[in-house]
Amino acid sequence: MKRIALLGMPNTGKSTLFNRISGASARVGNWPGITVDLLSAKILLGGNIVELIDLPGIYDLHGFSEDEQVVRHFITSNPVNLLVVLLNSTQIDRQLSLLLQIKKLGFPIVLALNMTDEAKRAGITIDTEGLSQTLGLPVIQISAKYGDGLPKALAAATSVINQQETTTNPQSIGLMLKEEHDIEDEMHELIQHHVQIPTTLTDDVTDKIDRVLLHKWLGLPLFFAAMFLLFQFIFAVGAPIQDGLAWLLDLLRTELLNPLFTNTPAWLSGLMLDGIYNGVATVAAFVPIIILFFLVMSMVEDSGYLSRAAFLMDAIMAKMGLDGRSFVMMLMGFGCNVPAIMGTRIMRSRSMRLLTMLVIPLSLCSARMQVFIFMIAALFSPSKAPLILFSLYVMSFFTMFLTALLFQNQYKNTEPFILELPPYRFPTPRQIVLRGWHEVKHFLNRASKFIVLGVVLVWLLTNFPSNVAPASIDTYAGQIGVFFTPILDPIGINHELAIALIFGFVAKEIVVGALAVIYGLQGDALMAQMATQIDWVQALSFMLFTLIYTPCLSTIATIKNESKSTAFMWLSIAWSLGLAWIVSFIFYQSARLLGY
Amino acid sequence: MHPSIYMQFLSQLKAGQRAVISAIEAEDSLFHRLTALGFRVGKPLSIMRRASFNGPIHVRLGTTDVILRVTEADRIQINAI
Repeated sequence: MKRIALLGMPNTGKSTLFNRISGASARVGNWPGITVDLLSAKILLGGNIVELIDLPGIYDLHGFSEDEQVVRHFITSNPVNLLVVLLNSTQIDRQLSLLLQIKKLGFPIVLALNMTDEAKRAGITIDTEGLSQTLGLPVIQISAKYGDGLPKALAAATSVINQQETTTNPQSIGLMLKEEHDIEDEMHELIQHHVQIPTTLTDDVTDKIDRVLLHKWLGLPLFFAAMFLLFQFIFAVGAPIQDGLAWLLDLLRTELLNPLFTNTPAWLSGLMLDGIYNGVATVAAFVPIIILFFLVMSMVEDSGYLSRAAFLMDAIMAKMGLDGRSFVMMLMGFGCNVPAIMGTRIMRSRSMRLLTMLVIPLSLCSARMQVFIFMIAALFSPSKAPLILFSLYVMSFFTMFLTALLFQNQYKNTEPFILELPPYRFPTPRQIVLRGWHEVKHFLNRASKFIVLGVVLVWLLTNFPSNVAPASIDTYAGQIGVFFTPILDPIGINHELAIALIFGFVAKEIVVGALAVIYGLQGDALMAQMATQIDWVQALSFMLFTLIYTPCLSTIATIKNESKSTAFMWLSIAWSLGLAWIVSFIFYQSARLLGY
Repeated sequence: MHPSIYMQFLSQLKAGQRAVISAIEAEDSLFHRLTALGFRVGKPLSIMRRASFNGPIHVRLGTTDVILRVTEADRIQINAI
């Protein structure tokens, strides 16, 4: 199969073009020589199936950023039949250098000049024919957003790959890359002859919006207001959908699956229903939130506001080794950790991504909130409830900042903070929907097996040996609780609560349900029973532990496949468990010392 | 004339000021990134705004708007105009 790679600088609309050509067929794939995921799709071109690969956006083939290294590794390890180089017409004066670097390496190239509409508005005229003749390759003006010029570009690509029988030779490209090229002169020559740019280029609309959104004093409040609204939108719309889905899955279970398994042995129906089916339901619960999250995030990203957020928040975040983009993801983590961790992909520096991924699981997500509301209702008076909840939020922020400060030298970001501010653009609905779809597919492919296995494991621990009552002290989970008594006693967590914490590894949503099974009671009776068994100090210690330790299996699965490192996943689990214990210990012991 | 006395850096400019780049002193990786974004000796630029709390600087060079931290702007020498 012939192979075409798509290459261009960041913010040239490369992903938009890729999505437009590939539609929903794109998939994430692994490639020799590189460690990051690249999107690829099989497309029909001139009667043949061709593989199209979306390479990361880079400024310079000789640069030192991680993305630049990825592209270099790709082209020196994988043969291709054609490179489609995409440049932003409004910045052709500096972007042409990338094309010339690639041309020097002898690649068959089709040059697509994107954002023709913006360039026209800015008064830039490009003589494509002259440019094409001088360069000796097809040059086509397109608009990836609206699809203008796309058939022409594809036709040019078809004719090049039909003439071209051989692929590039990665080894010889590797050799050539080693030689430095002096490109500046050639570039200036080309620009001088074929491009006219007005001396001052101003995008009036963008300037006017920036004057408000990046305002010295208004900028930050507006940013927080915008984040709050987006957050409210995702979870206000998402929660009823999640509830509906849960109701549907429950209905399926009671109406169809339960009768189906009535005559099978208890272990089998337990495994199938409480193990595997619950695992599937856990995975399904995340789907609506992930779709909504990425609908919103791709709007924020494509509009150009994300770079502005980085501008506004950088002064504070830089002190913690993070940047404004991490902050957006940290905030989103307060809704749900899973999409927030997936969203860190917008950060191009691996170390900063890892640091952000270590911090996000400490945010008080909506699932933990359910546990807190239950515990607070059981053990605190309504007048104290807001104060307790508020202090848990403060604790959440505190542990996040502490983690970032402690680990910032471990994950030192070496990439300079220099970002382009693209003009504000309207994202297209198609682009937004495709993104949501891709992310859900990615999550289901990579995380679902892991999550289902984990749920089955916890089911085994809490239901075996088979001759004891489920979730009781005599199960394996109970025995683990007993085994850890020396560690759990100093933080006031009894055996029953320890079993609930083991359930909590699956998802915090099931902790309350687990307590019901453990105590064999429901609702008010359960609350009353708990109030007699533990006091408020123990309850708060339990809540602090719940807040800080591993949020859920889905988060672990996401951390594992986003970081592509099992060691990092274990670090995240170990750190959060350790920190949870230390915080609970300090709280519990000092409360007891003070006589409570 | 003692040029060192008059040496001025991008990080010292105020919002609204214009300048011409006179030298870039940066290690390879930073230099590459700056060049790719259009920072070259002799190129005019203007400061659009500066973020609060000594945050990043918003610079416009020709057709490109760029934000960079003060530490990076410290590496770029300019002549104010």
